[in-house]
Amino acid sequence: MSILTMSNISKSFDGLDVLKDISFSVEKGEVVSIIGPSGSGKSTLLRCATLLETIDNGSIRYMNQYAAKENSEGKAVYSSKSELRKIKSYFGLVFQQFNLFPHYTVLKNVMEAPIVVQKRPRHEVENEAMEILRKMGLEDKADAYPWQLSGGQQQRVGIARALALKPEIIFFDEPTSALDPELTGEVLKVIRQLAEDNMTMVIVTHEMPFAKAVSDRVLFMDGGVVVEEGTPEELFDNPQTERTRQFLGNYQQ
Amino acid sequence: MSVKIMILELFKAFGNTALIFVLTLLGSIPLGLLVYFGRKSRFVLLRGFIKAYISIMRGTPLMLQLMMVFYGPSLLIPLLFPGVKFSLPSNWRFTAVIIAFVINYAAYFCEIFRAGIESIPKGQYEAADVLGLTKSQTFFRIILPQMVKRVIPPVTNEVITLVKDTSLSSAIGTVEMFTKAKQIAVAPKSPGMLTFVAAAVFYYVFNYAVAFLMERIEKKLDYYR
Repeated sequence: MSILTMSNISKSFDGLDVLKDISFSVEKGEVVSIIGPSGSGKSTLLRCATLLETIDNGSIRYMNQYAAKENSEGKAVYSSKSELRKIKSYFGLVFQQFNLFPHYTVLKNVMEAPIVVQKRPRHEVENEAMEILRKMGLEDKADAYPWQLSGGQQQRVGIARALALKPEIIFFDEPTSALDPELTGEVLKVIRQLAEDNMTMVIVTHEMPFAKAVSDRVLFMDGGVVVEEGTPEELFDNPQTERTRQFLGNYQQ
Repeated sequence: MSVKIMILELFKAFGNTALIFVLTLLGSIPLGLLVYFGRKSRFVLLRGFIKAYISIMRGTPLMLQLMMVFYGPSLLIPLLFPGVKFSLPSNWRFTAVIIAFVINYAAYFCEIFRAGIESIPKGQYEAADVLGLTKSQTFFRIILPQMVKRVIPPVTNEVITLVKDTSLSSAIGTVEMFTKAKQIAVAPKSPGMLTFVAAAVFYYVFNYAVAFLMERIEKKLDYYR
């Protein structure tokens, strides 16, 4: 079953086409990495999927529910606010800049949405939140505030916060780009662990060895289109287009 | 008049000063937030009205605004509705002071709140949105608490200014400490200059306490960055 189906997505900012007729879907349990140069549209694609940006044309569907549907002219029409709120509970997003709530402790960052949005009982949420933090190696940081944590710890809180809502799919928007190599490692380890638990994930990343190791499928984007798509072996070891070869070449030097 | 009685008289009048101060804050801080919502409204007309209101409040003297609120009804109603009988409430003088101060300070608070709210990174809104928080949940749970911390220094400025601005209400004859000090100082056989010094000490001590309190609040909010 596909968790996310995006069909014929187009988006432009002030006349500049950022996404050009992209179709993209993610199956349950699948780990998809999106790679590509800055400005290729990969972050925008993620932001459209997570409803932070609106698309101009095309449709977005989570399982059987449409977030946006094409009308007869091909323009995207979004569903009602209440439907969109329901859809938002299907996915989580981990940000490049973490975006933790600085005035909340680690535990409260993780518990906030399940209690406020999903209206679940506090004690139940707290037990689960502690369990997630344990998995992230952060159980002793539950009462700390974000500023007291390293970047890697903050990002793991970001992941815990997304997990707490029990999403069907988690998106990562360059989760390690704000981190030094050592901290990058600890965050990638956690993501890898999630992959082993069969979490459905879409990861926008510049970490090529990681993308190769963790993904079931890799998309290479450039200029608002998906230039090439395939298994990590196909894409990294035997790229079909000159543009892909050129891009990957920059990393292998 | 002995110095002791002078100080006692000032202290009694200081009650009104403190009352103007407290009521103005209680009115203008919530109103300032409300005005901010109006300034950010999607209704162009409301937005324009709020901007004009802020511009006028900041662009004209508070003392003049005070006069206009206090004398306004008695000057305008006979003009607009000739023959209509009306009477102002007995405490109109004091009420006018509070109205004028509240609407004036709300304009400043609105702009301070706006600066505080707009300094909060977009990522906070995006994180809240993705987690499924509604707009009002996002505002009251995520944005407002962080805004409060950020605006404490400019709010402290405003609050200290307000303590001193209460003296403007003497322009329409409200009896508060400043009015009282003027009356006593020029009366025959009064402590004279010493009266003004005593009034200055009252204001200063009050403001010292205000600054101390605000610093405590600032320290209390230091648990996060």
